[in-house]
Amino acid sequence: MASPRQRAARARYIQYAVLVAVVVAAAFLMDWAQIQRAFFNIEVARDMFPRVLTIALKNTVIYTACAFAFGLALGVVLALMRLSSVGPYRWIATGIIEFFRGVPALVVFLAIGTGVPTAFPGREIPGDVLGQVTVALGLVGGAYMAETIRAGIQAVPKGQLEAARSLGMSHGRAMVSVVIPQAFRIILPPLTNELILLTKDSSLVYVLGVYLETQELTKFGRETMNTTSSLTALVVVGFCYLLITIPLAIIVRRMEHRAERAR
Amino acid sequence: MTTEIRPDRGAAAIDVRDLHKQFGDNEVLKGIDFHIDNGQVVCVIGPSGSGKSTLLRCVNMLETPTKGQIFVEGEEITDPDADVDRLRSRIGMVFQQFNLFPHMTVLRNLCIAQEKVKGRSRAEAVEVARRNLAKVGLAERESAYPAHLSGGQQQRVAIARSLSMDPDMMLFDEPTSALDPELVGDVLAVMKDLASEGMTMMVVTHEIGFAREVGDKLVFMDDGVIVEEGDPRQVLANPQHERTQAFLSKVL
Repeated sequence: MASPRQRAARARYIQYAVLVAVVVAAAFLMDWAQIQRAFFNIEVARDMFPRVLTIALKNTVIYTACAFAFGLALGVVLALMRLSSVGPYRWIATGIIEFFRGVPALVVFLAIGTGVPTAFPGREIPGDVLGQVTVALGLVGGAYMAETIRAGIQAVPKGQLEAARSLGMSHGRAMVSVVIPQAFRIILPPLTNELILLTKDSSLVYVLGVYLETQELTKFGRETMNTTSSLTALVVVGFCYLLITIPLAIIVRRMEHRAERAR
Repeated sequence: MTTEIRPDRGAAAIDVRDLHKQFGDNEVLKGIDFHIDNGQVVCVIGPSGSGKSTLLRCVNMLETPTKGQIFVEGEEITDPDADVDRLRSRIGMVFQQFNLFPHMTVLRNLCIAQEKVKGRSRAEAVEVARRNLAKVGLAERESAYPAHLSGGQQQRVAIARSLSMDPDMMLFDEPTSALDPELVGDVLAVMKDLASEGMTMMVVTHEIGFAREVGDKLVFMDDGVIVEEGDPRQVLANPQHERTQAFLSKVL
């Protein structure tokens, strides 16, 4: 009869064995030469530089940053409206949040790109593609972030607001100086998540009709793929996305760590 | 020896008239009349659920009374048109759970309201803050974050934070109830110093010893009413009311 510890050890060995078996099987079944030709064509990859960085990566970062900034501002406003004691504010905020959370981001992009010019002839959102991305992506991101921010505000102990008010601060001042900074510390992880999602959703900009200078990573990758008939472009583009998201995750982990020490 | 209620008295630091507070169907305060003169230290005792904390929180309008009036130095804080923020800045409040701002250093905790509410310059605020930190014996901890302080130190910082607003009076809501027993003394010592400087204080507390030693008046509350009030030494030694006797026999 095996002891519990022996049984645990055996279970662990079985798990390792399964892992090794799967990897070996995959290695035998895959056509390595074909994979290298299709995905890791050095020539194709080399031709993508430097434009993949100077245009595509740069645009992805700018689109995401602008949309996140707009979305964050919108999210704070919507969150405060959701917590307002004025009924209509709550209803309006709830309506906006549910609408933009429920509708696919692609539909929002199409509405902004074609719907707005149709509905308001002769007018368009200022800032060309960047302006449209900021609004479309910001609306979607803001709707998601509003609920996160609201939860964060509600997670700050009630005594914090009371202490601030008892010192003579107005409600608004207490929110700005005391409650919201603490709420953001609480919701830093979900906000990072949202920023990473926005980074990837910025690829939807293609429906707005972009030209060479306004291409972001995914569009750039697809164009390259069409002209080179090689999947290498996708690999390069994929790595570029990781180039954004992984440092981001590291920075946020550092910030969390710092906030943790102050707690 | 119960103190007379003087409804005509405008100069009282705190004057509470016929105060009622209801949470849903639960009437927590059932008609409270009492006042605190300038420079007086009034301790409020009573069993939990007696409404003493609610009374204290009504004085600076953290709870809105259902009915009745409260005057702070002659100004009615319960008036719907009253500038509650301005009145609050003159009433210091110390909480059971300290409620320091955890994302700010000790010094910043003391400065923020001075700057944002009183409009003091950074330099001026820091000077006032340092003076008050020295007063509570924590001058060397100004750059620490609240989480790195003991409960007793946090409560002393909270007192210094209130003092930095130069309040005319201080409210204490069970200031030592969340502290480990060995840390209570430091906080009480700071409060005694304040009392001896002539600060007007309203203290909801379970520290009978503090009430006896420092208090000018003792108020015993039970079930939403003031059952008995008067000189602490007399009330404690010779309680007149049955409910006071029953309570004191449990806590003394």
